[in-house]
Amino acid sequence: MKAIAARRHHKLAPVVLLALALLVTGVLYAAFTPSTAQAASAPTENDLTAGSNLFRANCSTCHGVNAEGRAGAGPSLIGVGAAAVDFQVSTGRMPLMNQGAQAPAKPPIFTEEQIRQMAAWVASLGPGPAIPAPEAVDPSKGDAASGMELFRTNCAMCHGAVGQGGALTEGKFAPNLSTASPTTIYEAMVTGPQSMPVFNDGTVTPQEKRDIIAYLDAQKQGSPGGATLGSIGPVAEGMWAWIAGLGLLIGAAVWIGAKSS
Amino acid sequence: MSTNASAPKLAAPVDILDQRTGVATFIKAFARKVFPDHWSFLLGEIALFSFIILLLTGTFLTLFFVPSSDLVTYTGPLAAMNGVEMSRAFASTLHLSFEVTGGLLMRQIHHWAALIFMAAIVTHMMRVFFTGAFRKPREINWVIGFTLMILGLAAGFSGYSLPDDVLSGNGLRITDGVVKSIPIIGSYLSYFIFGGEFPGTHIIPRLFTVHILLVPGLILALVGLHLFLVVLHKHTQYPGGGRTERNVVGYPIFPVYMAKQAGYFLIIFGVLALMGATLTINPVWNYGPYDPSPVSAGAQPDWYMLFLEGALRLTPGFLEVVIGGFTLSLNVLIPAVVVPGILFTTLALYPFVESWATGDKREHHLADRPRNAPVRTATGVSVLTAFMVLILAGSNDLIATHFHMSINAITWTFRILLFVLPVVTFMVTKRIALGLQRKDRELVLHGHESGKIVRFDTGEYIEVHQPLDEQERWIRVQHDPRRPIPLLPEHNERGVRRRGYRRDALRTRVSEFFYADRVEPVTPAEVAAAQAHGEHDALPAAGHAMAELTASKDGSSAG
Repeated sequence: MKAIAARRHHKLAPVVLLALALLVTGVLYAAFTPSTAQAASAPTENDLTAGSNLFRANCSTCHGVNAEGRAGAGPSLIGVGAAAVDFQVSTGRMPLMNQGAQAPAKPPIFTEEQIRQMAAWVASLGPGPAIPAPEAVDPSKGDAASGMELFRTNCAMCHGAVGQGGALTEGKFAPNLSTASPTTIYEAMVTGPQSMPVFNDGTVTPQEKRDIIAYLDAQKQGSPGGATLGSIGPVAEGMWAWIAGLGLLIGAAVWIGAKSS
Repeated sequence: MSTNASAPKLAAPVDILDQRTGVATFIKAFARKVFPDHWSFLLGEIALFSFIILLLTGTFLTLFFVPSSDLVTYTGPLAAMNGVEMSRAFASTLHLSFEVTGGLLMRQIHHWAALIFMAAIVTHMMRVFFTGAFRKPREINWVIGFTLMILGLAAGFSGYSLPDDVLSGNGLRITDGVVKSIPIIGSYLSYFIFGGEFPGTHIIPRLFTVHILLVPGLILALVGLHLFLVVLHKHTQYPGGGRTERNVVGYPIFPVYMAKQAGYFLIIFGVLALMGATLTINPVWNYGPYDPSPVSAGAQPDWYMLFLEGALRLTPGFLEVVIGGFTLSLNVLIPAVVVPGILFTTLALYPFVESWATGDKREHHLADRPRNAPVRTATGVSVLTAFMVLILAGSNDLIATHFHMSINAITWTFRILLFVLPVVTFMVTKRIALGLQRKDRELVLHGHESGKIVRFDTGEYIEVHQPLDEQERWIRVQHDPRRPIPLLPEHNERGVRRRGYRRDALRTRVSEFFYADRVEPVTPAEVAAAQAHGEHDALPAAGHAMAELTASKDGSSAG
């Protein structure tokens, strides 16, 4: 202890302390975060009851006790289907933390089991899009070239050329798709969450949806040109040119200009 | 100059060349050109050397690029484009990026070099502006440099549009809109440029000619002229002891600066190659082949055109008016034609405006310290502020998504800031410059604070100041005082109205704007007076000092 006490005024002491504090916080957080349960099967009567109870406890304040919606608080969920519930709850958009321009994605607070139960109960209220089967969202079954053309025509005006996201009016935004799972992307297309229009199977066929998923999946391979700089285009490139490029060159100029005198 | 061992070997062929061309005289004179040592004199070199790299990499690209709008179906290594219909220009860009060895590296170095080229031009221009290096006899060279900047914009824009991807096509579509907004001739001009309705099939080959022949040719010619004038006028230098309007203190090209410049070229090539190898730039495979229908979010031009994009984004749409069935698109005309028109005209003519306003017709070879020209410095900062606001406005969607803000609020903020911030930065910069001049005065008159307090036997305390050394003092007192031009009376002694009075009155007003607020440089008499009184004494204001000094030669209390 004496050795530690002797060094407590060392200039690196705050850095070491900070690193230790972060480590402890991280370990505790990891220990207390619930892990997600694995379960998938057809809904039973128990599931529907559990889903109904979960809904009443967590969603009914805004959406009403029977999901009929409440004026000024939340829309009716009768007929939105299981896909809408799965999309909103599994991406953490619902339950809403606070009223804002748009519900942001955040870590989900329910387990997969709970989400499945709520989705099953909402789906039982009226017909709506179902959660897609794994093969419907399998990127390897899609054609990336066709997906590129479909994405450019239907998606890029809001989500950007490669799905890096974009701004909408009054603080709303089209989110970055690079971390969205294929199922989430599919569900977004069939349910049209928030500002997004619905792309039903008439406008974009299931095969075309798979093509779009394949195109977005191909973006995860990174750029053949090196670091992507966020794939946000010339503004990022300009910042790199000025700060890194010209910064280095001016640094070199200072060195050269100073050396002989 | 000492002769080295290899000189005799080279002597014979050099002599052959010299007897036939007389090149030795030129080389001898050129080799003795003196470079003052300061990093800011190397900013122009960044532009020059990145231009050379642009020529080298650009030549490589022309070997593979096909400037044609003919439609082809892509078959190649890029899965995301397989079977997609595209122009030959886009297909050849993909071909040279993915199939030609080193092609993507060359393309990326070329594009990074273009961004650095423009950034270096702007930075070099700022250096010349803020140090007053555009003053006589260099006004013409300023205009040439300005023209080079415009040509750089033209080169950048025409090259940016060549790959025929969605992003550059969007840029061309905006250009088309801007051209069409020009009253009366707009539509004719657009048809002339595109050879028919946008986009047509002519624009890519035409831009190719502009990009690889016309603009680089003009740039090369003007760079030659620019450098010739630099050699003719000789370098400016920063003020300091031993540096006058009649000499240049530094090192000669041969051997010192030749080595430095060659080394710097290699550093620049290295940095650009590093960027080209590791950082993706203009990934056209992300944007896809051009098709006029899709416009993706986050569509922006390269940084040097971003201020125009910003001006367009800020201008409200209601400015479009219809007069007698004809549409006048002021919402496009003002931001895309009038705003850059004002900005560029001001930049080009600034040296002439300043010399007219100050009546200064002398030659200047000593660079100004920016603080000694407060209004010029403030004007420069104010223009840069407006430029910066427009650049940020051009990135408003990225600011909105990255900082979770409302794009509408951002746009309104920038609309207000565009008018308010340049005025604020003008006033603040001017005050800072004047304050720094006052600090210089204080320092020259009183010396450095030493922190030593001395108590005399009588009980009096003084702080001992340490006088400045010769070099320090020289830098702070060498500049000429600048005062507004006095206005001669309107009527002469016979009561007849003087010709040209109104022009003189305007000139005096402009001159007052420049120099009404000023801090006079310290005169030798003031230094003498300050030292006669001991370094701790305060001195009266500039005007009085000399009068009082002559009145009280004995050095008794003047302050």
